[in-house]
Amino acid sequence: MTSAAAPHPARERWWRGRTMRRFLANRLALFGAAAIVLLVLACVIGPGLLPYTSLSIDLRARFAPPFTGSHYLGTDPLGRDVAARLFMAGRISLAVGFAAMLLSTIIGTLIGVIAGYRGGWIGAVLMRMVDGFLSFPSIFLVLALAAALKPSAMMITVVIAATSWMEVARIVETEVRSLREREFVQAGRMLGLSGTHIMFREILPNAIGPIIVAATLTVARAILMEAYISFLGYGIQPPLPSWGNMLDGAQRYLGSAPWLAIIPGAAITIAVASFNFIGDGLRDAFDVRGDHK
Amino acid sequence: MRGFLVKRLLQSLILLLIVSVIGFAVLNLFPGGPLAQYALDSSMTQDDLMRLKEQLGLNRPLYVQYLDWAFRLVQGDWGHSFRDRAPVLSVIGRHLWATFLLMGSSTILAVGVGAWIGIRSATHRGSLFDHAATIGAMVALSIPTFWFGLVGIYVFTLRLGWLPAGNMYTVGDESILDYLHHLIMPSAVLALVHVAIWSRYMRSATLDVIHQDFVNTARAKGLSERRILMKHVVGNALLPMITLAGIQLPSVLTGALVTETVFTWPGMGRLFLDSLGYSDYPVVMGLLMFSAVLVIVSNLLADITVALVDPRIRLA
Repeated sequence: MTSAAAPHPARERWWRGRTMRRFLANRLALFGAAAIVLLVLACVIGPGLLPYTSLSIDLRARFAPPFTGSHYLGTDPLGRDVAARLFMAGRISLAVGFAAMLLSTIIGTLIGVIAGYRGGWIGAVLMRMVDGFLSFPSIFLVLALAAALKPSAMMITVVIAATSWMEVARIVETEVRSLREREFVQAGRMLGLSGTHIMFREILPNAIGPIIVAATLTVARAILMEAYISFLGYGIQPPLPSWGNMLDGAQRYLGSAPWLAIIPGAAITIAVASFNFIGDGLRDAFDVRGDHK
Repeated sequence: MRGFLVKRLLQSLILLLIVSVIGFAVLNLFPGGPLAQYALDSSMTQDDLMRLKEQLGLNRPLYVQYLDWAFRLVQGDWGHSFRDRAPVLSVIGRHLWATFLLMGSSTILAVGVGAWIGIRSATHRGSLFDHAATIGAMVALSIPTFWFGLVGIYVFTLRLGWLPAGNMYTVGDESILDYLHHLIMPSAVLALVHVAIWSRYMRSATLDVIHQDFVNTARAKGLSERRILMKHVVGNALLPMITLAGIQLPSVLTGALVTETVFTWPGMGRLFLDSLGYSDYPVVMGLLMFSAVLVIVSNLLADITVALVDPRIRLA
């Protein structure tokens, strides 16, 4: 009886064994993981290695194209080093992406577990709420919220999380609903374990695969979202650089200084694509059936 | 069928209700709330504001205010723009067709190209084309639309000089060809992400159908592979795409907003950003609600269409 109540089959298995092997066999996912590690390293130690800081203005070296002297990626309209700014911006953009992912995964998991386990009218109300949020084209809602609230990095993170928890909630709800009727859950119920214990200690560990997959894809989405709102001027505010706000205003110099637009956008694409590759690899590794969107 | 319709209609009504509650909450989040316009006016004293608050009924309990607001929304009274006092709905109406033109053309493009890539991937499963399409789709999904637009302008306008960098038409020359010329780049840029989504979808839908009995039967009857593909496989794979079109709408609208910004396209997205910039909250709210209603109604229509065409779904 005790063995039936606490199988926790997922706990040791993901590190060695099938899942990890499958992930390692996915070259694209490995490439993504390597790119992210490199990108994070570059953003963490890169600024220290460069001869310029992201804020040092050099008006004699305005609009220097890439590979001018030690300005490896050129300079911007104020003569600031683009490489230094890119790495500093990466810190912000990646941190916002990670934090928004954590927050929205927590919100989504909570709502999904409760809706899936409780079912009935609570589940129905919660899931209609998910549909309601999904009906707003999220950029409209995000921009309206960002304009209404004060746009600090923290606020942007919260706003992005507030509009991207729905996918996780849906995935978790479906997963929990199917796990709810399994023997080990019924055994737990017969043992008289509380609903909270069953939801979070018995069911949740078994739904961890889909959650990790959804979380990875949410990082990609969050980085992209930050880029969109910062590009439009309602996100991270200068002088704090982010990949999105480096592109704000780049359109004006497209003819004379195209690198100002091309470089930050390439960084966003690489980061987002890498997270998408990792997420996709994890989905195959965890064997999560799902719509390939 | 009637049961299905009633159920879906009811669900949509509940959704609209939830959406309106979220919308009302956002409206009250703005600094100054619904009174923001007057709070900005320096000639207004605190007393004036209080009196106004009373006149407009803003001192009533929130739920009464909500009911009042929602009731006027239903009657078509969406308030007036702070900028030119025009009714919100007519302001939106003026910008609607530019957005629809952009969304429509890019959706046609995306479905066409996406379906072709998806079907080819499925019939040539495991080929170089299939792998390239898989990776290409994931990369396409990761490219920020506005950046793709900037790169497009750089290459096709600044370098090659083939396409205009923005606007919907050239002043003085407003022929259809001129419109088309201006439409090419924005709709291609907006289509990119959706080509990726449609191709992925079409690939798995085709793979689902391709091994079913009726396809084998068709083959046994001696039909050519091409005929089987066009008539039996594509036909059956296309049907659920109607639903997908409904689901994709929010993402198309999101893309349209940034595409319109980059290409100075005079649609709803530009209107939204301009209104945000001017703190024109009635229009901001109007667009927020309008886009949500648009999404819900199109999803409802998509479901009804599928149910009408496919008898198997009627009881769902």
